[in-house]
Amino acid sequence: MSTQTQTTQKRFALPRVFLRDPYMTRLVIVLILLLVFFAVVRTGPFFALRTWQSMAVQFPEFGLMSLGVMFTMFTAGIDLSVVAIANVTSICTALVLRNILSGDASAGQMALATVCALVIAVTVGTVCGALNGFLVSKLKVPPILATLGTLELFGGVAIILTKGKPVSGLPAAYGSVFAAKLGGVVPMPLVVFIICAIIAGLIVSMTSFGTKILMLGTNETAARFSGMQITSLLMRTYILSGIMAAIAGLVMLANYNSAKADYGESYTLLTVLIVVLGGVNPNGGRGRLSGVVLAIIMLQVLSSGLNMFSGISNFFRPLIWGGVLLFVITTNELSGRHPLASLVNRRKRQ
Amino acid sequence: MKEKLTGRILKANEFWVFVVIIVLALIIQMRSGQFFTVNNIVDLANAMVVPGLFGVAAHLVLVSGGIDVSFPALASLAVYATTRILVDNGFDGPVIVPFIIAMIFGAALGAFNGLFTSWMTVPTLIITLGTANVFSGFMQGALNSVQIPNIPTSMKEFGASSLFVATNPVSGLKSAMPVSFLILVAVVIVAYIITKYTMFGRGIFAIGGDESAAERAGFKVKRTKFWLYVIVGVIAALAGMVRTTSMGQMHPTNLLGMEMMVIAAVVLGGTAITGGTGSLTGVMLGTLLIVIVQNSMILTGIPTFWQGFALGLLIIVGTGVSAMQVARSKSRQLTPA
Repeated sequence: MSTQTQTTQKRFALPRVFLRDPYMTRLVIVLILLLVFFAVVRTGPFFALRTWQSMAVQFPEFGLMSLGVMFTMFTAGIDLSVVAIANVTSICTALVLRNILSGDASAGQMALATVCALVIAVTVGTVCGALNGFLVSKLKVPPILATLGTLELFGGVAIILTKGKPVSGLPAAYGSVFAAKLGGVVPMPLVVFIICAIIAGLIVSMTSFGTKILMLGTNETAARFSGMQITSLLMRTYILSGIMAAIAGLVMLANYNSAKADYGESYTLLTVLIVVLGGVNPNGGRGRLSGVVLAIIMLQVLSSGLNMFSGISNFFRPLIWGGVLLFVITTNELSGRHPLASLVNRRKRQ
Repeated sequence: MKEKLTGRILKANEFWVFVVIIVLALIIQMRSGQFFTVNNIVDLANAMVVPGLFGVAAHLVLVSGGIDVSFPALASLAVYATTRILVDNGFDGPVIVPFIIAMIFGAALGAFNGLFTSWMTVPTLIITLGTANVFSGFMQGALNSVQIPNIPTSMKEFGASSLFVATNPVSGLKSAMPVSFLILVAVVIVAYIITKYTMFGRGIFAIGGDESAAERAGFKVKRTKFWLYVIVGVIAALAGMVRTTSMGQMHPTNLLGMEMMVIAAVVLGGTAITGGTGSLTGVMLGTLLIVIVQNSMILTGIPTFWQGFALGLLIIVGTGVSAMQVARSKSRQLTPA
């Protein structure tokens, strides 16, 4: 950390916990301000249980994708194909379940639907992620281009599978598991997201894999000379991202109760925005899960909060998201505190 | 000397793209018998104008080591604003006026991109993702954009005018070569002159090759980057204007989503995504390849929903091959890579 950080710390004299990570502090403060703002301006809808439930249903879709993108960004890569992977997964799941299950939802069928869905998600996610990983690690295609290509490719596969039409008529068994509310209150997507976030957290903090991909992102040459298996690391990172995206596909399937090749198209930008907003360095090597989770929640609050204002049309959302992204990177840059500043052109020196 | 030349040709990306185009053309010709008809060629040239213009813009950015995904949104916003203003004021003048206004808007929006990209160390992909959303959000949210069916007559006339009309002797189908093809030719020539003969153009390549080296060699890196994005904005607005005139109406979201295809075309043509290398010949060949893939699906009887798949495959194979070439030439230079 630079000396500048220390001076800022002294000036503000915040509690010790916040001093460790000023960036996180800022995120927490912004989130609280947002919540207070909406609580004051739109008191009625803000305190309704329904608002919170609908938030908890919505954010796991892009939240899960963002977790995957986060892992790839740790390695100085990026995964733009997550939305397409999610759509392919939800289409495959819908097609398979529609063929093997009938209308009613008995306990046995629910179990079968769950197992099927998870198996399909992991399989599709692994296959798609492995293709990304192969392109990036073996063929050395720049991650942006590789995943841009697979975004088109997987999207193309999704269109071919469905001929461009939505797949509906999902068996009830699927919805009664993935669109259910635990105890009548907690929506299932939230539960899925929490489980995945915990797994992601464990991967980052407890496994050597988590440490290694951060080191790989910091300096690939150094990582190679210290004997790391770069290919295998990148492969696993992109497979992990693929699986996260595939599970997001399951959540999307439950939310829309149908699958289509172009659902959630705007999420491509949103995932990148979230990960950068969460403090992950796009040049690799730095970032933490808690920041990303905070950023996910923040954007959902912002988005739901805007819904409470009937005068603001949906078309403003990209403007606001883009504006937030630009604002964040600008303030990061100007404060000079962000790790990006010292990493100009690192990409060139590999 | 002769051997060296053939060796260089065999190594050039452009040559291989050219080979692929020829092979593809022969296959399509065999399956449909209609590829080498005059009107198909003219149709392809017509379809190339807008992606080709965008391609030049994307090429310039890629050469400088950046990547721009905001140009379709930029073009849409610039042209929407232009058309809206002109239609609301009952404009009835020559077509040059809308073009100039759109280019001014394009330059202003490009400057917005340029400010961010020249002063930030964040990857330009992330910056332009942000500005792309700001542009399209501003157009659709703040300007409340709708389709404008009645664009000024001069614009409509420009879009409908043609250099010549080619007729297929067998089917009798007619295809017109639009006047806007000349704009593509002009922009390519200007871009060629800039990149080849001006200090500014050499600066773009130098920055793409190694930014800190360029800085030390005396190039004004920030200033070059800023003006680069202004130029890119102007070219993009031009492309948007061409599309609007040729459609005879302003459709605000028509261009959005083209960025992937254009970048794919440029990279297929041999412009390195890491910056520093690439040629306009390659850009045009890459664009032609993509346009052929898109346009010829109908000729060969493949359902159009295979388009995304084919395009994705093309990007992956194309970039994979060139990435392997780079890796091979690198491992030859440095022994312990």
